Amino acid sequence: MSITSLISIFLAAILTNNYVLSKFLGICPFLGVSKKLDTAVSMSLAVIVVMTIATLVTWPIQHFLLDPLGIGYLQTIVFILIIAALVQFIESFMKKNMPPLYTALGIYLPLITTNCAVLGVTTLNIDSGYNFIESIVNALGSGVGYLVAMVLFAGVRGRLETANIPKSLQGLPITLIAAAIVACSFLGFGGLVDGIFG
Amino acid sequence: MAKKQRSLKDIFFAGWIKENPVLRLVLGTCPTLAVTTQAVNGLGMGAAALLVLVGSNAVISLLRKVIPDNVRIPAFITVIAGFVTIVQMLVKAFLPSLNDSLGIFLPLIVVNCIILGRAESFASKNPVIPSIIDGIGMGIGFTITLVLFGSIRELLGNGSIFGYVINDGSVIQPMLIMILPPGGFFVFGVLMAWFNKMAEGKGEAPATLECCNCPQAAYCREAQAVPAEEGGDK
Repeated sequence: MSITSLISIFLAAILTNNYVLSKFLGICPFLGVSKKLDTAVSMSLAVIVVMTIATLVTWPIQHFLLDPLGIGYLQTIVFILIIAALVQFIESFMKKNMPPLYTALGIYLPLITTNCAVLGVTTLNIDSGYNFIESIVNALGSGVGYLVAMVLFAGVRGRLETANIPKSLQGLPITLIAAAIVACSFLGFGGLVDGIFG
Repeated sequence: MAKKQRSLKDIFFAGWIKENPVLRLVLGTCPTLAVTTQAVNGLGMGAAALLVLVGSNAVISLLRKVIPDNVRIPAFITVIAGFVTIVQMLVKAFLPSLNDSLGIFLPLIVVNCIILGRAESFASKNPVIPSIIDGIGMGIGFTITLVLFGSIRELLGNGSIFGYVINDGSVIQPMLIMILPPGGFFVFGVLMAWFNKMAEGKGEAPATLECCNCPQAAYCREAQAVPAEEGGDK
């Protein structure tokens, strides 16, 4: 495990395997919360925090509890319950110890329990056979990728607000078509990361 | 919708077009976009979701008077996760190729908003039989939509439907981009515009991503001290 492999995992998670635009995880908040830049940033920061902490907790549980006991098939149930409990815990912790952060991110936390990006990253880390450090880096990179996609898309939607759109395309349809074009631009990153370190 | 009495037939057919989970209620967008590169994957995903939906609706409806209101979401998720695990093991054992093509989205049925959404808005308020009917109807609506998505994308992107070659590229080269991620967003946008047009003809509102569709809305509202305009759902 060299530092270059960690960097390429990080960059791949942000650009080539972007969670929203190429893996289709966490689409609901991507469409719902990206209307304004500040809400988009807060939601993504909450996602980064939860993704990273969820990976910190679920990776050891899979490798030191579920696998030795031979109950790997309970992964889905165990992970979703851990994530639900964790989100509750982070919420109460923030409320008590970090009130400014809570006012910024608090309302997004309950939404994250059923955000498939969080369950997705924890499960994918196990499926890809990443070790502990690689899993953390991947989770962090995926969260940052989420932020990048949300911020870019919030800008695109700002432009859509003032555009003259045919009636039946107004609202969600044009948003989805705009997302298609943003996803197209992310296709351009394909193969980029593999080539960086020769 | 639980307030006015509806016949079982209405409940069954509601999910097909009028309350189509994907194109009208805007639920379950992630699997819709991700697995529909081929029609057969759409069918597999739809069938898996249908099984989970029927099972979880039935159990949650049976338990609706036992589950305390303030822990209902975790309780529902646990029931759903149980059924997802069963379906996951069945697919792994009998349809390994489907398991490979659905990949991560098979366990992710747990967080599919359709299932939690139906548990929250229907099964937790209605008796067992209507809940099962609702599960079957919504599951069929979801499956139809996924097969439609899959067929369009497979036909345009690969020139085939369910693996049968229709356009072999001798006249028009298949557009690979339709089975890549941008094609998913594009087909979704166009189909939703079409459904909005149909709804407009019947005097209904176009599909929006509103709090009323979101299974988390009740929790979200409790958690929000700020005005709804700043809410997480908008």
